[in-house]
Amino acid sequence: MHTPQMLLEALRVAWMPPNGALHGIALDRLMRWNLIALCICFLAAHVWLIAAILRRRSFNQTTIPAAFRWIILTSLCAMYIWMAITAQRLWAESRFVGPEPEAMQVEVVGQQFQWYFRYPGEDAAFGATRPELVNAPGGNPLGLDARDPRSADDIVSSVLVLPVDREVDLRLRSLDVIHGLFIPGMRLKENAVPGLVLHVHFTPSVPGAYPILCSQVCGSGHARMQAMLSVVSPAEFDTWLAARQRARAEKAAP
Amino acid sequence: MRSRIFTTHHRTLGIFYLFLALAAVTVGTLLSLVMRLHRVWPDLSLPFFGAMKPEDYLALVTMHGTLMVFFVLTIAPQIAFANLVLPEQIGARGMAFPRLNAAAFWLTALALLVLLAAFFVPHGAPISGWTSYPPLSAVPSAGPGQGAGMDLWLASIGIFCLASWLSAVTMLTTILGERRAGMTWSRLPMTVWAWLITSILTLLVFTVLLAAVLLLFSDRHFGSSFFVPMGDLVNGRIVGRGDGSPLLWLHLFWFFGHPEVYIAILPGMGLATSLFANFARRRPIGYRLMAAMLVAIGLLGLVVWGHHMFVSGMNPYAGTAFALTTMAIAVPSTIEVLCWLAILWGGSLLLRTPMLFALGFLSFFIAGGLTGPILAQPALDAYLHNTFFVVAHFHLVMAMAGVFSIFAGIYYWFPLITGRMMNETLGKLHFWITLIAAYGTFLPMHLSGLAGEPRHYERLSGPATSFPALLPVERGITHSALLLAAAQLIFLWNLFASARRGRIAEPNPWEATTLEWAPESGRSRVERGPYEYEIPANETNFNPQWERAAKEE
Amino acid sequence: MPATFTRHPVEIERKDTGIGGKPPLDRRPTGGGGDGDNWENRPPGRRGPRELLSRYRLGVLFALAGDLMFFVALVSAFFVRQSAGHFDARENYVSDWHPLAVPPILWINTAILILSSLTMEMARRQLFHEIDVMDEWLGLGRPAVKRATPWLVATVILGVLFLAGQWIAWEQLVQQGFRYTSPDPSSHFFYLITGVHGAHLLLGIVALATALGALFILRRVEMRQIVVDCTAWYWHTMGLFWIFLFGLLVFFQ
Repeated sequence: MHTPQMLLEALRVAWMPPNGALHGIALDRLMRWNLIALCICFLAAHVWLIAAILRRRSFNQTTIPAAFRWIILTSLCAMYIWMAITAQRLWAESRFVGPEPEAMQVEVVGQQFQWYFRYPGEDAAFGATRPELVNAPGGNPLGLDARDPRSADDIVSSVLVLPVDREVDLRLRSLDVIHGLFIPGMRLKENAVPGLVLHVHFTPSVPGAYPILCSQVCGSGHARMQAMLSVVSPAEFDTWLAARQRARAEKAAP
Repeated sequence: MRSRIFTTHHRTLGIFYLFLALAAVTVGTLLSLVMRLHRVWPDLSLPFFGAMKPEDYLALVTMHGTLMVFFVLTIAPQIAFANLVLPEQIGARGMAFPRLNAAAFWLTALALLVLLAAFFVPHGAPISGWTSYPPLSAVPSAGPGQGAGMDLWLASIGIFCLASWLSAVTMLTTILGERRAGMTWSRLPMTVWAWLITSILTLLVFTVLLAAVLLLFSDRHFGSSFFVPMGDLVNGRIVGRGDGSPLLWLHLFWFFGHPEVYIAILPGMGLATSLFANFARRRPIGYRLMAAMLVAIGLLGLVVWGHHMFVSGMNPYAGTAFALTTMAIAVPSTIEVLCWLAILWGGSLLLRTPMLFALGFLSFFIAGGLTGPILAQPALDAYLHNTFFVVAHFHLVMAMAGVFSIFAGIYYWFPLITGRMMNETLGKLHFWITLIAAYGTFLPMHLSGLAGEPRHYERLSGPATSFPALLPVERGITHSALLLAAAQLIFLWNLFASARRGRIAEPNPWEATTLEWAPESGRSRVERGPYEYEIPANETNFNPQWERAAKEE
Repeated sequence: MPATFTRHPVEIERKDTGIGGKPPLDRRPTGGGGDGDNWENRPPGRRGPRELLSRYRLGVLFALAGDLMFFVALVSAFFVRQSAGHFDARENYVSDWHPLAVPPILWINTAILILSSLTMEMARRQLFHEIDVMDEWLGLGRPAVKRATPWLVATVILGVLFLAGQWIAWEQLVQQGFRYTSPDPSSHFFYLITGVHGAHLLLGIVALATALGALFILRRVEMRQIVVDCTAWYWHTMGLFWIFLFGLLVFFQ
């Protein structure tokens, strides 16, 4: 079927993809420790099980000392408590507190079957949108309301470009059904729910290209609903943003 | 006057339920094999399906999940087995309301037919998964299969809710009111405890699902807006007319959905306890403790539904609360597992086929259960949610453990039903192939999940990403799944061949102590606990429940 | 049942009426309960007529517990939906929920339903009067049935009146422009809750009519008691549910 080398290669890549986010380092460490601890439990239980199957009955040894039982139970409970506390710390750091005030704002909009990313432009404010105005072939996939002055400099992109080492505050929306924004490389997942505006924030720390997936089944094109995140240096980001702004201005001018 | 088809006899109905579950599991397994083949060889053209479109794959996922969760894992361990032996185990003459019980069966059968009919309507079966999140499920234009197919799905689930409500009422009344004299709470077999708890859970949660289904149906057809938000734009048309909340469906659905998992697995836990005591010839360590832990799991199961929604947009503080209740449920589960491991430590286990399957149940329960604490941590779940890691988790802890408990029950009660034994050699062959193939199928899925592969993807590659390195893993999974399905042919052969030509069983072939094995002339008053083993003075080393207790005891 | 399966001895049912003593009497006004029939030492089916009654009561109780969860789900949806809203173009949080003034006729309907519960209880108690029950049991006519019938008929009439009143309330709302399909969620909930409850009451009226017929058809005293008793508990519970639902619709809009 397949050679050992292929299997080894598969095992290597079957681990989580390379982490590119600041909070991912602690998360990866936590994941590793959790998996190791639980693998040990799994193996120990099965060693016990196999030993029990192979054992002959001897009436003087059939009961397990109460102290031994309590040690096992309390140590397992201690493990659960440790897991709950460590994981809650990470969760609280990333979700209980909002982003820094200077974090970059980007809006992520899911639509069957496409991700759109909107940058607020120079005024740092997103323009109003109305679903009646949505017209993707006409160049307005998000339904930006031209009467709203704040929307004049909004940039809509199908690629998420972010500068490295700057916190970003994602504003998640969906136009139609529930989508799931999943960036494996950023260790980030949050649903985009129609009718709600949800915020997640993170700091990309390693430049590179990362796939963006949809993790909540959203229709026949669910598996196609992918985009790219590209984390670049601040200078490159500024160049890219300026180019997008020029392109937008040129389109709006005539 | 008694008709053979419209019978009200509980044991016959139990067999009917088992055949119903067998039909559902056969269809569900075939669907999953088509899915596996398509994932590895996407261009393969299959008979009946032809080249598969993406929506076909999603329809298969939806129907596979619905069939397996509702019509196999809810039906077989709980309702089918309870009908088979529950009245005898508590010394009742039958179910409390036999006609209601029979009506529940026919409603369930109707629900299955309505569900399967979804394959044959225009645009086919629904594609929104067994969880049917709105607006995808609330708007017929949101995708193929979301029209007539989705309506049939909703109708089927609604009928199923009514049916399980009726059988829960019957079972609860039977357990509470029809016990034989002397059958006190501490003399109930552990299976009866489990059925008691699952019936209570069924009563409490299936009616909530019924209400949710009603609301969703109203959104689809009567212009209401419970789940569709304002300005929702699907396929170029604005369908949202009010401030409906998709999260409301998630809450209602998972309030049902999580206890549903326990409805599937608690009877297996009760049965495993009985079988371990029986085949180890030992008393369970802490009968009261184990019963209390079953109750604790059932009760805690009602307050953990939010762990399916960590990244759904729910308040992060609520995420913490649900994470803590979920972690708390690990404690009673751990105690159950430790109690089982302690019973087994007696040694000299009688490794007959039912016992092997009970051991397999335990192995899967541990393997799948241990990934539970990982998924209960919101920070880690934020990476693993809806990936194949979750698929691996619930297929091990619910599907495989549940199916192994079903197998254990069938092998165990087969002589009671048919008067014949199933073939031991074939049974053991079936067990080992199934065990290895099931691990071969579901363990590697953890790796796919860690690599970040989401569920419901019909192919490994996409515009932005591809998992070509996962292909060997995926191939291995598919081969293993094919082997897993093929091994069930041994079981089917064994089942039908043994029913006709199997060895005639003696009256109590497993030397069990619970009342379903009692001879008809068994005493009318119960004076013993369910698992009286380890009696050194006694030659047979066990005292069945139907025997009179000695004076000095 | 497939022919390959042998018949288990338990399958051969004994035709046992399960009646070993007098039918349940009314020393306590509720028709009693408890454990007065020597439960512990007799096998099931031989614990006296109380066993049958308590079995059916248990069944009704569990069925209604499930039903309660159904209504709890609807009510929680009511509250969730009430607090839902969206941001309008000027970033104000607005809700589409407009409180619905319930038609005043509902107050009359509620009074009718409470009255019907009283008549139902009277009917139920007639079947547990000691002297009448003993007469019926000894075959000396059917005084209890005679006494209970008018109360049952009254309950049916009041129940139909209630449903007619609900219908009038819907008509009035439709005339005011509130339909089920109108975009207002409070009207969805009004129609949904009153409709679902009305469906339950319709079932209750069918049960009452069945009980009325059964009073004359059933030959065993205790079966007549059971039919009326279970219908009564169902009817009372629906009345209780209505009071809560009505309070919800009136005070929590």
